[in-house]
Amino acid sequence: MRALTWHGKNDVRVDSVDDPEILNPRDAIIKVTATAICGSDLHLYDGLIPTMKAGDILGHEFMGEVVEVGANSPLKKGARVVVPFTIACGSCYHCGKHQYSACDNGLPADNQDIAQTLYGQPMSGLFGYSHMTGGYSGGQAEYVRVPFSDVGPIVIPDGVEDEKVLFLSDILPTGWMAAENAQIEPGDIVAVWGCGPVGLFAVQSAFLMGADRVIAIDQFPHRLELAKKFGAEIINFEQSAVYEALMEMTGGIGPDAVIDAVGLEAHGLFVDNVLDAIKTTVFLGTDRAHSIRQAIIACRKGGRVSMPAVYGGFVDKFPLGAFMEKGLTLKTGQTHVQRYMPELLNSILAGTIDSTFLISHRMSLEDAPKGYKMFHDNQNEVTKVVLKPGSVPDSAIAAE
Amino acid sequence: MANVIEQRDDAPIVAARNKDTPRDAGDAVEEPSGGALAGWAVTISRPVAEIYAYWRDFKNLATFMDNVVSVSSLDSRRSHWVVKAPAGQNVEWDSVVTEDVENELIAWRSEADAQVPNSGRIEFRDAGARGTIVTAAILYDPPGGAVGKVIAKMFQREPAIQSRRDLRRFKQLMETGEIATAARTKAQREAERC
Repeated sequence: MRALTWHGKNDVRVDSVDDPEILNPRDAIIKVTATAICGSDLHLYDGLIPTMKAGDILGHEFMGEVVEVGANSPLKKGARVVVPFTIACGSCYHCGKHQYSACDNGLPADNQDIAQTLYGQPMSGLFGYSHMTGGYSGGQAEYVRVPFSDVGPIVIPDGVEDEKVLFLSDILPTGWMAAENAQIEPGDIVAVWGCGPVGLFAVQSAFLMGADRVIAIDQFPHRLELAKKFGAEIINFEQSAVYEALMEMTGGIGPDAVIDAVGLEAHGLFVDNVLDAIKTTVFLGTDRAHSIRQAIIACRKGGRVSMPAVYGGFVDKFPLGAFMEKGLTLKTGQTHVQRYMPELLNSILAGTIDSTFLISHRMSLEDAPKGYKMFHDNQNEVTKVVLKPGSVPDSAIAAE
Repeated sequence: MANVIEQRDDAPIVAARNKDTPRDAGDAVEEPSGGALAGWAVTISRPVAEIYAYWRDFKNLATFMDNVVSVSSLDSRRSHWVVKAPAGQNVEWDSVVTEDVENELIAWRSEADAQVPNSGRIEFRDAGARGTIVTAAILYDPPGGAVGKVIAKMFQREPAIQSRRDLRRFKQLMETGEIATAARTKAQREAERC
């Protein structure tokens, strides 16, 4: 089959690789019909995530048709499913608490040592996201082997197009959980750092959960426009000082809840950002954390901090004093995708959530390397790239 | 002068900073000099009876212990172990159950002439809604000499890692009915096992 593979920093290619096979009784093989490039895939593209190996297949947002099942999979061949990016068993202590991203059994035993050492306990497996998260082949491919297919994939009713439901795999539940973690109360003012897909879904979700006002922060005009479309007030940090703006816009109180949807790749020439960039370059630190620092400082006393943003290691200058003195609460974590899929599918079908507004580019799997480069280089206009393995590449059309 | 009596805390012996601390991990765990003690606890979300029964049937151990090629029963207390060694060789020994309390513990020890003297003890504790807490302690005492060094490398340096991984695989098998693999093809999975 054809698959998008990682070969090093800013080097991804479409290669021919062996097709996946059923290996365990609960497996299913999915023929991918749509898959997206995630903002967090850019962390891999930029070489910020350790434990990658040349030839690894990327992609953790995907859906498709069931073409083969193991003896204990309840899925029917031909069913259309969206697959959660978290690989969880459904039967361990954590899955029993619906904390699927903390599943004990999603990682192969040998891959658990790294996270055990780094984080204290191993986390669930993830598709296409380094060997620390399992080393599973990802979904930017023609076919994928999906473990625990009785727990993860959600069956999509006939007649609902792929693009409407594809983001159930990651960014929609991630934005939703970000808002849930902000513990929004009616009348709240919520500030969201980052108008990427997660931030924009968090904006929508915050309003649905009763926020009175949502203030969205970014530097890309097009992304800020999308936030505005959903009713958010916007701050462009290249035009305005964020803390000062937020304090004025909230009458000197600060937002009741703050959501950091930026994470690893925070942009902007702030002093701490520049220092972080230098330190990550020489491996003195791993994470660049301007947005979470700013969010904590801006948050009102007794307020809530939600952090869907991805961090992998250590940060300097975490404002622990402000965090303690103001009595803040922080909730975070990889998304428990399986927990949210059913209710969010219902919201999509009922039309209460707009799940397609993000998609700016559609291309064939063969053109995926071009998609990565575009997404990487132009984050203003490229908000979401959807790859369709079955479709004809641009190069073939041009050649005709 | 008062005798210095070492106070021991409530942590299990495998967490001891000073491994020379007098051990009480279990009478069944022999303490040959230079041996390597490896242990780990996992909680398995299944009833204790099911877990005890699976482990007590020693031939099952080969399904989740990576180094173990096979274990066959000789009688109700004795079993024959075939274990992978470096350079494609196998090490074999007979082992005898020294203690066996249903749903509580199993202890075993290799018989006197074993190439790699070893002993082990696994305990099962009912943890209510959490399932069963399984605690394993395995002790290897590798032989001397050049061959011994190679075997020592395998049994002495790795048992902590190996037993931890084995217990994780045991947990996966009990909880999910299968052992997680990130391989894409059967060939890849075979290669990982070698």
